[in-house]
Amino acid sequence: MVKYIEMEKLTDEKIKELKIIANDIRKSIIEMLLEAKSGHTAGSLGMVDIFTLLYFHSLRHDPKNPLWVNRDRLVLSNGHICPVLYATMAHSGYFPKAELLRLRKFGSRLQGHPHREYLPFVETSSGPLGSGLSQAVGMAIADKIYENTKTIYAILSDGEHDEGNTWEAIMLANKEKLSNLIVIVDRNNIQIGGNTERVMPLGDLKEKYKSFGWFAEEVDGHNFWEINNAIYKAKNHKGGPSVIIAHTIPGKGIKEWENDYKWHGKAPNRDEAEKALKELANKKI
Amino acid sequence: MLNHSLKLNTKIWNDDIEKASTRLGFGKGLVKAGTNNENIVVLSADLMESTKADLFAEKFPERFIEVGVAEQNMASVASGIASMGKIPFITSYAIFNPGRNWEQIRTTICYNNQPVKIIGSHAGLSVGPDGGSHQELEDIAITRVIPNMVVLSPCDAIEAEKATIACALTKDPTYIRLARNDTPLVTTSDTPFEIGKGQIVFVPEVGLAQVGIISTGPILYKVLIAARLLEKRGIKVKVLNLSTIKPLDEKSVIALAKETRAIVTVEDHQVAGGMGSACAECLTQNYAVPMEFIGVKDKFGQSGTPQELEKHYGIDIPDIEEKVEKVLKRKV
Repeated sequence: MVKYIEMEKLTDEKIKELKIIANDIRKSIIEMLLEAKSGHTAGSLGMVDIFTLLYFHSLRHDPKNPLWVNRDRLVLSNGHICPVLYATMAHSGYFPKAELLRLRKFGSRLQGHPHREYLPFVETSSGPLGSGLSQAVGMAIADKIYENTKTIYAILSDGEHDEGNTWEAIMLANKEKLSNLIVIVDRNNIQIGGNTERVMPLGDLKEKYKSFGWFAEEVDGHNFWEINNAIYKAKNHKGGPSVIIAHTIPGKGIKEWENDYKWHGKAPNRDEAEKALKELANKKI
Repeated sequence: MLNHSLKLNTKIWNDDIEKASTRLGFGKGLVKAGTNNENIVVLSADLMESTKADLFAEKFPERFIEVGVAEQNMASVASGIASMGKIPFITSYAIFNPGRNWEQIRTTICYNNQPVKIIGSHAGLSVGPDGGSHQELEDIAITRVIPNMVVLSPCDAIEAEKATIACALTKDPTYIRLARNDTPLVTTSDTPFEIGKGQIVFVPEVGLAQVGIISTGPILYKVLIAARLLEKRGIKVKVLNLSTIKPLDEKSVIALAKETRAIVTVEDHQVAGGMGSACAECLTQNYAVPMEFIGVKDKFGQSGTPQELEKHYGIDIPDIEEKVEKVLKRKV
């Protein structure tokens, strides 16, 4: 079956709407992390724009019927940035926003890293790096064999390209010509121990994916129009899997936190959070 | 004598008893399961002939995925396939699957509680000449420790076929331990099989047994030979075949301990963490009796014929007799 997807074009008005939502999601993330007293701030803030576009524009899903069988699948491989996943899901209607303050609490559905047993609306439990792409590849294979109606999205960190398992999945996706698979790599150049190029040089990820047979695009991960355009091209690439290398700014939105790897695995204290929330409240969109 | 109610192979004491490998039984069972259920998908890590997954691949090429020598990827890909409502079987040597890919099995399969069936062939010392690197002696320990996992270890090709068909019908992540070599067919197609149920395959001619022997996997044949020799010497034993290691059939294990008050466990696996350990965990809490363990004792294997290795590592017929005598002396 040949699929051709005519995506909704992004108008200036729609982009403005997405920017307002993204700003609100950033506020939620800071409030959640303040309340949780631990968690991953930088990567969560850096991926807000991409998650906003996916949940409020690209994904075929139904927040009121989360387990709808024909939904597109979104696999978050680097589960440590789940504050952005939870916040975006709450803002799009999967569960009440008030629940976001239960992040990392005992008995909460919002586990420190996503766990399907507690929150079945997430497609996979994740956290241990390097296996999310494999799971997305499995979903894409199953869709291709049986229905061929869905798009499988996988969000990967750049750091988890250190894992050999990721490259095993990259090879298999090409072998199986999974044109229903779109990977978005959060290329923010930081991992827990510092700059990715110092910890383990990744180099030109776009060229690496291309040499593995993938269709690859590179975008500014905070430019809705560019990301949307890349997703459009990826959906209509029929020869095999697609990757979008999204250059993002860790800590995006809070000037003092941006590009500082120390915010990778740290939550803000009350003073820091209040200052950040004020900055977001005063943002002109 | 054999427990005749189980309709075991009546040729068991003959030299010309039929033999087949448990991996072949799996391969046949897989084709049957795949014929009954079109949601079964099979993945191979470049060992489809060795694992006998090739039988399925020939029949259902559209539901067969060759992932290359990449067992970690295979495990997590299968988790993704299972999350779409399918039943994937992942196949390789036990040393790599569940050995190499343990964390992927733990997190992407069991933590997600996906119905992936993990097939580890060539387990145990019986791999022989390939040497210690390929003799997986730790797989029971590392699989039974993971929540949600079911662990099966069939005693012959027929039981392996039944285990394969049965596990395809459940929603549980399941590990099936298989061996490479042709081993005697202890059971028949008429022998009942149920996941989670052990079976008393050997009983005294008259009266109660003095020692209970619990066995898992194809080594059961040697256990039966030893049981018959012991019987001839006037030592009455009962043999329990535990083809499901998890969930443990506690009822049967405890009943055997209550009757015999002395237990010997036998497995082609490390003593630490194996089937014997699982029985000990149960019995020490419910009905503590003296126990002896037959298995490999904190050593790696090496090259040799299976017979040489079983003798060297103390899991042969005379070792079983010796441990039975030892535990008999320890009885209170």
